[in-house]
Amino acid sequence: MSSTELRHTALDALHRSLGATMTDFAGWDMPLRYGSEREEHLAVRTKAGLFDLSHMGEIAVTGPEAAALLNFALVGNIASVGVGRARYTMICRTDGGILDDLIVYRLAEHEYLVVANAGNAQVVLDALVERGAGFDAEVRDDRDAYALIAVQGPESPGILAALTTADLDGLKYYAGLPGTVAGVPALIARTGYTGEDGFELFVKPEHAVALWRALTEAGEGVGLVPCGLSCRDTLRLEAGMPLYGHELSTSLTPFDAGLGRVVKFEKEGDFVGREALAAAAARAAQNPPRVLVGLVAEGRRVPRAGYPVVADGTVIGEVTSGAPSPTLGRPVAMAYVDATHAAPGTAGVGVDIRGSHEPYEVVALPFYRRQK
Amino acid sequence: MSNPQQLRYSKEHEWLSAAEDGVSTVGITEFAANALGDVVYAQLPEVGATVTAGDSCGELESTKSVSDLYSPVTGEVTEINEDVVDDPSLVNSAPFEGGWLFKVRVAEEPADLLSADEYVAFTAG
Repeated sequence: MSSTELRHTALDALHRSLGATMTDFAGWDMPLRYGSEREEHLAVRTKAGLFDLSHMGEIAVTGPEAAALLNFALVGNIASVGVGRARYTMICRTDGGILDDLIVYRLAEHEYLVVANAGNAQVVLDALVERGAGFDAEVRDDRDAYALIAVQGPESPGILAALTTADLDGLKYYAGLPGTVAGVPALIARTGYTGEDGFELFVKPEHAVALWRALTEAGEGVGLVPCGLSCRDTLRLEAGMPLYGHELSTSLTPFDAGLGRVVKFEKEGDFVGREALAAAAARAAQNPPRVLVGLVAEGRRVPRAGYPVVADGTVIGEVTSGAPSPTLGRPVAMAYVDATHAAPGTAGVGVDIRGSHEPYEVVALPFYRRQK
Repeated sequence: MSNPQQLRYSKEHEWLSAAEDGVSTVGITEFAANALGDVVYAQLPEVGATVTAGDSCGELESTKSVSDLYSPVTGEVTEINEDVVDDPSLVNSAPFEGGWLFKVRVAEEPADLLSADEYVAFTAG
């Protein structure tokens, strides 16, 4: 993406007034952090954090055959999603390669909201339009129709409850309902990318500043802090959640990424990638090429994406994401490694950190799971 | 942020104290610490090692990146800050004080070190 034509969210001026360090993320000028990213991370784990996620790409799919269109275009069984519920799913190429991972909300019987990663939103939009030909449904680019604000962390239900009469207790994880928050019409979704309880609020861009201010005020007494994308990355990494471009790519199928469960062969009708994905499922079951694992450092040097994973001086895999884990107090990584070295506790595994082989422990993902 | 007047600065964002008995203290500036974000690991040169002005002599890792540490002068390392090795966040919380990195017996000093005012102008440009 060109750095000269960065896009700005409706909250841009507010971020700058808060002293945010900004970064180019998929062509958007986004807050990287406001102060210490470690403190932002820990606030989300123990209290609450407020995120601007307006870069995410919203696509509306509406009409009598909206469900059939999405069942054909995506790998999940989207027709089975109840109204008011959401589903984590993926869109794949004919060869099974992952184009993007998505959250799909069913807002009404014939109305869905597809949320794509910012960097893939155009690809997803184009694919949905192309795959939707012949269905009695409309695919609409709604990227500019929404600002997205997330409040995440154990204090988030209390913060939101102070600003809405919506039934939050009745709003389960991966559910979404239209409501009003701080006087602003919002789609209130109980989703997130942090491993904590939390909410994502889709609102009109012109309402974003008022909502952000109201949430900030409501969270003042319970430790809510504004949070940037840096801590969002370490939060999702600890929670073992994949990030497109790191753990997911067009050269991998969902089965290669250990996420074959999102592919629903039993759904009605054909879908894009079915044949290739069936072969990928068989291959992954019998003879997995590489397996996504967690690595925890014994030392303090931090593994980064692209670093080789080694055993006995031989490369056995590659790091896809790595960072110091604020919760564990040690560096962690996700990596694809040969199946022979993928079992938790496998001895002798290390990461080549700029020429020095640092010892790492192979562990099952996630690194962190919240206590419910 | 304010850069202490009594220090001198390199264009790689290290600071250097005035020598006492030939020994100067080296650290990174607040500007550099802010740019790095939370420092989580500091690999410092070994005591007794010779460092060369402008050459890498260690590294600082933050959440998002790893950066080389450059020595602003040539000389022999006489002491490293073990507090920073134990708690690298000192580089962020007190870059000009408790977050100093190493002490060096200065053998040679480059001519292009900056004054505090020059460094401010450099980082603003």
